[in-house]
Amino acid sequence: MKNQESMTMESSKNQKGAGSGEGKLARCLLIGISVLFLLIMLVFPLVEVIYRSLKEGLKMYGDALTAPNTLSALGVTLIAAVIALAVNTFFGLCAAWLITKFDFRGRQLLSTLIDIPFSISPVIAGLAFIMTFGRMGWAKPLIDGVNDLFGTDISLVFSVPGVVLATIFVTFPFVSRELIPVMQAQGSAEEEAAAMMGAKGLTIFRRVTFPHIKWALLYGMILCAARALGEFGAVYAVSKARGKTFTLPLEIDALYMAGSADSITQAFAVSSLLVIMAIIILILKQIVEYRGKREQ
Amino acid sequence: MYVEMKHINKNFGDYEAAKDINFGVEQGRMVALLGPSGSGKTTILRMIAGLERQDSGDVVIEGKVVNDIAARDRGIGFVFQNYALFRYMTVYENVAFGLRVQKEEKQKIHSRVTELINLVGLEGMEKRYPDQLSGGQRQRVAFARALAPNPQLLLLDEPFAAIDAKVRKELRGWLKEMIAKVGITSIFVTHDQDEAVEVADDIIIINEGRLEQMGSPMEIYKKPKTSFVAQFIGTSAVLDDFSGFKGFEDLPKGKQAIVRPEFVEAFKSDNEKFKSLMHATETGVIKDIAFRGSYQELTLEVNGILLSTNRSLERRPVRVGEQMCVLVYRVYILDETDAEIHKNQLLKGVDIEAL
Ligand SMILES: Nc1ncnc2c1ncn2[C@@H]1O[C@H](COP(=O)(O)OP(=O)(O)OP(=O)(O)O)[C@@H](O)[C@H]1O
Ligand SMILES: [Mg+2]
Repeated sequence: MKNQESMTMESSKNQKGAGSGEGKLARCLLIGISVLFLLIMLVFPLVEVIYRSLKEGLKMYGDALTAPNTLSALGVTLIAAVIALAVNTFFGLCAAWLITKFDFRGRQLLSTLIDIPFSISPVIAGLAFIMTFGRMGWAKPLIDGVNDLFGTDISLVFSVPGVVLATIFVTFPFVSRELIPVMQAQGSAEEEAAAMMGAKGLTIFRRVTFPHIKWALLYGMILCAARALGEFGAVYAVSKARGKTFTLPLEIDALYMAGSADSITQAFAVSSLLVIMAIIILILKQIVEYRGKREQ
Repeated sequence: MYVEMKHINKNFGDYEAAKDINFGVEQGRMVALLGPSGSGKTTILRMIAGLERQDSGDVVIEGKVVNDIAARDRGIGFVFQNYALFRYMTVYENVAFGLRVQKEEKQKIHSRVTELINLVGLEGMEKRYPDQLSGGQRQRVAFARALAPNPQLLLLDEPFAAIDAKVRKELRGWLKEMIAKVGITSIFVTHDQDEAVEVADDIIIINEGRLEQMGSPMEIYKKPKTSFVAQFIGTSAVLDDFSGFKGFEDLPKGKQAIVRPEFVEAFKSDNEKFKSLMHATETGVIKDIAFRGSYQELTLEVNGILLSTNRSLERRPVRVGEQMCVLVYRVYILDETDAEIHKNQLLKGVDIEAL
């Protein structure tokens, strides 16, 4: 749907541009401004990252990437991202399904609640987790109880589970936000038709709903993954142990803050890792968008 | 009775969408739910299907109360207003869906789907997707798809609404024939009375969530039970007071009257055929002549009231401004809720049907 919008916008722009010289000028100006903006804000800084990371040679680059702290951070980041992706895909599907296919009291409220991570600062989210699950939080006895019961030693703040939770929190709207408009536009007539022919919930989802939402779902998952890999604020609040619970963005920050020339170069090297992941995700996103559009 | 609705009530919030609906449909009948937009027709259909749950009352199918039976287990075929074809499946897969869900053998599915596709005349289109079909073709697919699992009851929500007028007429005949061929009990929703009259054995008139009348098209047309039905069916002019007319002097005062074109006769004063009825006529002036294809519709001003009548093209030509003798055979007089027929008193003893 988004694609259609941008397409019609483009074509109307073209029509105007072809019509008058003034329109042409405006168009060039707008393109110029956008390109300049993107260069300054995006392209130059990214090139700078790659350049800086390689400045001291490949050896230094390789060392930076294989440092124990980096590897640990990479591990934590991937764990958090994969779990957040899995949980939020499932949750996003359920929420979108609930909001678009059922009529119930509080539907609007639920829809608004889902957006909260978009509207509040991630740091606040992280702090809220500490307040709730930390040493003095009200849920602490609950967790202790669980630990006593199962003989485990789970702690939700300043630990990997906390990082995972914080990541889940900040990324949970992505999947459902992509799905809701698509599912709303589809309505529930096809599902009802399938039900009238005797199909059960899971069959209906697999054969009728899923083909319709698969590209939106993938797109939402990609956005979710991208954000999960790059999240800083929320994770920062609940993760204090470098080499244990730090994620890549935190590790980069730590290296950079250390201030020595070497550590700054290392910071850029580690950053390049995130940039490469981002580029892969961007390419995936393009493919998904293209295929989704073609199938419409 | 094959399908019965017993004291069905349904509210959406505080809006009453169905108020004490009672009716029964016998096996093999084709029944139309007719009513203006928003009157609750779709809601009633969806309650029969199990897609909507009534607040109170019973839905009975084949003598069994099905209130607690889910839509998928009711064994009802449903054709949706916009067909709701599965857009990511081919025509073949659409029709096969219900059979696949029931885990039929491949061979059986194939023969049944082929049979249905032939029945609805879509041979060669099995591999197409819904968006590669015309409206009429989609309707046929929806019909075949609903019939595939062999339902005993078929529900259709405005099956022709999304099709243009010409094709619609064709499809009506087609659908009636198909349903007769399959011999399935069916209920369809429409807000087009021509459609209801042409296709249905019985018509149920719904207004504001209430059942106004159920009966054969003829009954509904000839003997409207409520003032709503009298106004809704046929083309009718509602007049505020008719008691001034010749032959209707004893009508109750201040009641609204309905005069349909077929209740009115207009003829030239030298007409031999109507000579004996001259004493019962008023004088009217032609205000407008509209060509309706196979007849003309005349609008006449009589005693300051506009009446219309249909005139065969075989009769002598008339022109606007011409004086005519106007005879009104009968009118419906409307009460709060009822409609009552009143005949022209001056025509007592005259055999109108013989004219
Ligand atoms: N899910 C719903 N929530 C709230 N109100 C509803 C709902 N469905 C229907 N209604 C209301 O109930 C009334 C009857 O609706 P229904 O769809 O049965 O009308 P209809 O006779 O089929 O009309 P149409 O000919 O326009 O399709 C309408 O006033 C409608 O606004
Ligand atoms: Mg309707």
